[in-house]
Amino acid sequence: MKVEQISVFLENKPGTLQQATRVLKDANINIRTLSVAETADFGILRLIVNDVEKANKVLKDSGFQVSKTPVVAVEVPDKPGGLHSVLEAVSQEGINVEYLYAFVEKSGENAVIIFRFDNPEKAIEILTKKNFTVVPGKKLYEF
Amino acid sequence: MFYNEEFETLPREALKALQLKRLQQVLQRVYHTVGFYKKAFDRAQIKPSDIKSLNDLKKLPFITRKDMSDNYPYGLFSVPMSSIVRLHATSGTTGRSAVFGYTRHDIETWSELVARCLVAAGITKNDIIHNAFSYGLFTGGLGLHYGAEKIDASVIPISGGNAKRQLMILRDFGPTVICCTPSYALYLAQEARTMNMDLKTFKLRVGIFGAEPWSKAMREEIEKSFGITALDIYGLSEVIGPGIAMECIEAHNGMHIFEDHFIVETINPQTGEVLPEGQEGELVFTSLSREAIPLVRYRSGDISKLITEPCRCGRTHIKMERALKRSDDMLIISGVNIFPAQVEAILVDIEGLEPRYQLIVDKAGALDALELQVEVSDKIFSDSGSVKELQKIEQRIVKDMQDYLGVEPRVKLVGPNTLPKAGAKVIDKRRI
Repeated sequence: MKVEQISVFLENKPGTLQQATRVLKDANINIRTLSVAETADFGILRLIVNDVEKANKVLKDSGFQVSKTPVVAVEVPDKPGGLHSVLEAVSQEGINVEYLYAFVEKSGENAVIIFRFDNPEKAIEILTKKNFTVVPGKKLYEF
Repeated sequence: MFYNEEFETLPREALKALQLKRLQQVLQRVYHTVGFYKKAFDRAQIKPSDIKSLNDLKKLPFITRKDMSDNYPYGLFSVPMSSIVRLHATSGTTGRSAVFGYTRHDIETWSELVARCLVAAGITKNDIIHNAFSYGLFTGGLGLHYGAEKIDASVIPISGGNAKRQLMILRDFGPTVICCTPSYALYLAQEARTMNMDLKTFKLRVGIFGAEPWSKAMREEIEKSFGITALDIYGLSEVIGPGIAMECIEAHNGMHIFEDHFIVETINPQTGEVLPEGQEGELVFTSLSREAIPLVRYRSGDISKLITEPCRCGRTHIKMERALKRSDDMLIISGVNIFPAQVEAILVDIEGLEPRYQLIVDKAGALDALELQVEVSDKIFSDSGSVKELQKIEQRIVKDMQDYLGVEPRVKLVGPNTLPKAGAKVIDKRRI
């Protein structure tokens, strides 16, 4: 049920992000969603793409430092309280969210939230038990 | 003014005779008490008794900073530990550091040398000395301190850091003398301006600055901001500490090397050949009175020039110009000496780090700023890919650099294969 996120190390200097997106464009890889974490001197680009293995390979071949990070995608209704209900469910069980980002599905009815939990396996177990829609990687890549 | 008029003004012929006598004694002693010298002299097929004149000195092999690290910690000591009363050391991890022992007599000698320096700067027992050189394993703080007590001056052992408190004490205690690195003096001047303090209204009269290269322009700026005469002191922890050479206030131009305690040579750093006095080259020191670690032909790495013209202060001892260049890759960051190899040793010890790095030194205002760029390796990134883990690595690097080398770099992680594979590990943007 886990989703693989591609994490790319970005040195903090002009043009680095653009170089990464060019590599993906040239390999005809589609980005489903992304976020960028930044600190004073470096950033990490986090990507959900349609072809994880290919993205991993082309970025590495172009000299980027890449890692695959397991994350959890949860589908919630796109209305007030959607995110809150998920956070409530996991926090009761003592699971920590390291970061999250989200996008709205094409239909416009649901939002998909990508979570990086400190314990993804347990989070999936809890969320499934509590009837949340955990989106499997395969489905997400092909949205 | 002199502290030891007889020796500081000894006619050069008598000085040379004294040097030879002391040199011959030192050579006998090191040959029979320190394995390193016995091996080195035997390899060069020379016996202490072969040295019949000062001119023969050049037949002896050099000792380098690397030899000192190779014999870490006590391999070069020529007396048993029971005779040692003090240990100082350079920064660095095991095998990259060097340790210096002092007998009671060495401390006496050192105190007298610093006392000579202070008197050469016109300082007397009526002065109050604000000593902002660091106290501790670094020789600067305690070296100046003992010299100041030797001449019965009043010492404020403030040590380094904490600029606001330094300024408060400079204003309230009314010291007449300040001792620190030149860059720290400029930093204090800068802080004083932001606190609306006018240093020129303080009682300071003279400053003694050293432990790092400084330019003529820096000297003028210090003199103007503090309203003092700024004088140069020279020392090497390996040899004894501060007090090898000192600028006299009369000439305010070049530092007298106390030749009754040291022999100085200038060499071509590439060939090791001895150059005529007055030609620019690497300074080589032989200590004539040191008991715990006598050094024979120690290569200082400092590039400078000797000044042979007689000085109007009356001292007969030769002078050296300020050392602004190095023959090796040693960096002086705010008075702290570090070698790139020491940085590399620290990085190698941090799990998952490849020692692919670059040091960039620049000025941030008056102070030196060190940036350490380290490449992000597969090992670091592939496990986590998280900001937290990378920041943990950064913090670890900063802490180890502080703990082992005494400098606090700004660490910048950079992408793979962005730093040069070999060669320039250091970019020094400072203008001296």
